[in-house]
Amino acid sequence: MRRLGLRFVALGYLAAILVGPLAIVFWRTFEHGVAPAWDALSQPDTIHAFKLTLLITAIAVPVNTAFGIVCAIAIVRRRFPGKGLLNAFIDLPLALSPVVVGLSMFLLYGRKGWFGGWLDRHGVQFLFALPAMVVATIFVSLPFVAREVVPTLREIGDEQEQAARTLGAGGWQTFWRITLPSIRWAVIYGVILTTARCLGEYGAVAVVSGRIQGQTETATLRVEEQYEQYNLAGAYAISIVLALMAIAVLVAMTALRPKAAT
Amino acid sequence: MSILARHVTKRFGDYVALEDVSLEVESGSLTALLGPSGSGKSTLLRIIAGLEWPDSGEIELSGRDATALAPQKRNVGFVFQHYAAFKHMTVRENVAFGLRVHRRPRAEIRERVDELLGLVQLHGLGDRYPSQLSGGQRQRMALARALAPEPQVLLLDEPFGALDARVRAELREWLRRLHDVVHVTTVFVTHDQVEAMEISDQIAVLNYGRLEQVGAPRELYDEPATEFVMTFVGDANDFGGVLVRPHDLELLPEPAEGAVEAMIVRASILGRDTKVELHDRSGAELVALMTRDRYEELELWRGQTVWVRPRRERAFAT
Repeated sequence: MRRLGLRFVALGYLAAILVGPLAIVFWRTFEHGVAPAWDALSQPDTIHAFKLTLLITAIAVPVNTAFGIVCAIAIVRRRFPGKGLLNAFIDLPLALSPVVVGLSMFLLYGRKGWFGGWLDRHGVQFLFALPAMVVATIFVSLPFVAREVVPTLREIGDEQEQAARTLGAGGWQTFWRITLPSIRWAVIYGVILTTARCLGEYGAVAVVSGRIQGQTETATLRVEEQYEQYNLAGAYAISIVLALMAIAVLVAMTALRPKAAT
Repeated sequence: MSILARHVTKRFGDYVALEDVSLEVESGSLTALLGPSGSGKSTLLRIIAGLEWPDSGEIELSGRDATALAPQKRNVGFVFQHYAAFKHMTVRENVAFGLRVHRRPRAEIRERVDELLGLVQLHGLGDRYPSQLSGGQRQRMALARALAPEPQVLLLDEPFGALDARVRAELREWLRRLHDVVHVTTVFVTHDQVEAMEISDQIAVLNYGRLEQVGAPRELYDEPATEFVMTFVGDANDFGGVLVRPHDLELLPEPAEGAVEAMIVRASILGRDTKVELHDRSGAELVALMTRDRYEELELWRGQTVWVRPRRERAFAT
């Protein structure tokens, strides 16, 4: 009985918080058939918004994957001054509101910011353009790979790596042949979480992008824009596609998880 | 290839793991580093392999200074207590690893791996993963892996420590036979004096980071240099300030010169030998070891009062 009760509470909570809203969005999207949704999705600005989201994700994910692996190895395997600081700072993006991140980028890269003048003189368009949006996205999705890899690295220990060294493998060979295969599942989870976070990023990008339609508008920003213009069918349709992408990513993660046990 | 450690000192923070240790290992010999846990024996082995750096002192391999050499350039094979098997590789891939990173031709690798799997009696298990092997099999795989690149030195860190007593005894004897065939200079770490005595040509005894004595098993047992070696390598009784081996304690039915009165508390038959435990008049415990024939000849019984006299004794300056 008790078990059933617990299950009911857990599933009920999930249904109310997660599934319910998602179901309503689905229903609203297709309330008047597929045509209005399709129309909204096939607008050039919407297509551009999706392309932009995918482009930013395609840049941010590899960067954060490489950085996350390097950081995790530094935290677990190396001893250096400032290691505690690095370990603490890596979580900063989780604690900081994305809007604050966006504003801080204004302070750094804006006309009167520290780097703003320099960028201006060299003719680099940073704010209200792709570079700022990529940097903002990288910032908010930074910790996921490192956070997944650190415990795995700790768990496998360094004996296999030492064995590889005594067998004649150099640093790179040891990394590619021993370390990376041992942490590959952790890296894959990290990549999946990073991807999901990049696709869904709103706050920081909203601040630094300038939200120029057809230029610096990502899919999430496009949802907001359509909503504000009372084009609910469009807002819902884009939301649905974003939700499906996120679900696909999560399904991929669940499908991979059991294999990691072996 | 010979190994020479010269005045090696290593600290971990305030903890002194090794203090001014100098040791020579002859080419082709089988040497044991023996000591209790925390004696620095594993640290010395890891320094020889290049997995740790000495704070001061030098390591020479084959007469050449190797102190600053990276582990992958030392041409040593290392076997870990917990196997350090590459879990994502099959047995064959594990054994082939050292050959692959040295970019040997495929045919040669295949041949060498087959040969080694035969040597460690794992033929037929080449396609398994380490998780599908028993502890003893995993350690044999680790040994084959270490031997594959034809190292000049084989280093084993408590190689049988994680195995049960029977497999341990089997592998120990097997290692000795293997060494007779392969003839690679071998150093292994152990805290088990029987293991060290049984298979090594030379034993180096370490205690609290210092080298107590180096010598053949017989030398350590018969001519221990320090009290520690006397008590750690074999058993010893404290007999009024001097140390006596159990088999050097003589039991007499009558009082005699130099003999001490004691009462038999217990006698255990250990196969060919019999261990007799006694309490002297102050209550201090003594252990005497004699053949079973001798024990029966003396017609001893529990509770009997006898006189105990050392045949041979040793005093150490403390």
